[in-house]
Amino acid sequence: MFLINCPYCGERDQSEFSCGGEAHIERPKQPTELSDDQWAEYLFMRKNIKGIQFERWNHIHGCRKWFNIVRDTSNDKIHAVYKMGERPPVK
Amino acid sequence: MKNKYSIFSLIKNAFSGHENWQRAWRDATPKKEYDAIIIGGGGHGLATAYYLARKHKMSNIAVVEKGWIGGGNTGRNTTIIRSNYLWDASAGLYDHALKLWEGLSQELNYNIMFSQRGVMNLAHNLQDVRDLKRRTHANRLNGIDAVWLNTEDVKKFCPIINTSPNIRYPVLGGTLQKRAGTARHDAVAWGYARGADQMGVDIIQNCEVKGIKRNGDRVEGIETTKGFIKTNKIGVVAAGHSSVIANMVGMRLPLESKPLQALVSEPVKPIIDTVVMSNAVHAYVSQSDKGELVIGAGTDSYISYTQKGSHNVVEETLRAILELYPIFSRMKMLRQWGGIVDICPDASPIISKTQIKGLYFNCGWGTGGFKATPGSGDLFAHTIANDEPHKLNASFNLNRFVSGDLVDEHGAAAVAH
Repeated sequence: MFLINCPYCGERDQSEFSCGGEAHIERPKQPTELSDDQWAEYLFMRKNIKGIQFERWNHIHGCRKWFNIVRDTSNDKIHAVYKMGERPPVK
Repeated sequence: MKNKYSIFSLIKNAFSGHENWQRAWRDATPKKEYDAIIIGGGGHGLATAYYLARKHKMSNIAVVEKGWIGGGNTGRNTTIIRSNYLWDASAGLYDHALKLWEGLSQELNYNIMFSQRGVMNLAHNLQDVRDLKRRTHANRLNGIDAVWLNTEDVKKFCPIINTSPNIRYPVLGGTLQKRAGTARHDAVAWGYARGADQMGVDIIQNCEVKGIKRNGDRVEGIETTKGFIKTNKIGVVAAGHSSVIANMVGMRLPLESKPLQALVSEPVKPIIDTVVMSNAVHAYVSQSDKGELVIGAGTDSYISYTQKGSHNVVEETLRAILELYPIFSRMKMLRQWGGIVDICPDASPIISKTQIKGLYFNCGWGTGGFKATPGSGDLFAHTIANDEPHKLNASFNLNRFVSGDLVDEHGAAAVAH
């Protein structure tokens, strides 16, 4: 439980948001050329980091816009919020 | 077995005021080398060590635990045991565990307080009814006891449930597995620890794994806060922290670690003598022998290792509990806690070899691993000892995420896990 500073609406309770999981997983550019191993990596394998993680969130009960946050999963502290398409802040 | 617990040892110790009981397991310091090391001293890890020693005669093994044994999810779950899973692979796995539970107190000479009080799963809408009836049939075909109850049967079996048709999610029926029930979770960890220790297994607590040493494609040992320990077989049973261990060898797993919450009420007189689960409204409840209501809530939607969980998740569960059991409306909740569960995309576990020789993973139990503890330990021990899975855990390999042969209990079982 924590507060998230939506880049469009400001600070709101986490329960207003829905988490879209790990950010910056790129959709394969040539899906037809992917091996089964590569598909598995793309679809299922996750870093699941204990520590600083880049992730996607959607303000589902607010502006309904997607954005990214940088959060420490070991203590739920949010270090940065940035919009979709923006470059992730360097660690 | 030395220090066998019995009525006679109880009487004997009563004469000395119960001050001369021997400790149940040694406080081991790590040796330089083991034939196998289990990372994680929860129920599954201790059971693995126990069966490695008992069935596969590997006694030069160690269990390393970063905290104290049974202090993770083993001591944090709602102690529910059942095997009424839909798919054949899951039914085989969980019923294997249930059969082991049935003889476990005797086997371990340790009272794990296994109580086959039945588990009832409620249906609240037409789709629930269809899914649960289908599951009942599937269970019976797999030799697992299951019966369908209509609303009156549900009321008869558990009279405090509100079966009024006028509630938001009325009870349209349910399934009952009579062999299912609960066990004392701490006792499971302690019983396995004592059993493993008596066969020579070293249980090393307060020993955190910091790295895994590799030589090419095989493992050579682990770096820990108590120094380097050599071994060529490592079984990882680290639940929510499985990905952390996997990252040490540059592996990624199909897991997300999330907080799952539970809570208990103040103790009251016996009021509910079974376990009732309701997936649609996400509420499940049973009563401990101390008299507390044991209530399971849901997971948070985001990855976190904080062992806390959000208030809105608890609120949602309690709202459902109150509608189903109006009699609980004035109960006070005593404690709430969270555990970090490692969830697979198909909500089925992984008990598997990896591409690295000598490295095995037992993880992905998600929100329902406790019920599988003996079976999981037995099958993982088999996998480690023979370097091959047992036929009961062959489907639960890591490669299923490549082949696509998933054991999709998430979509199909219609049960809280």
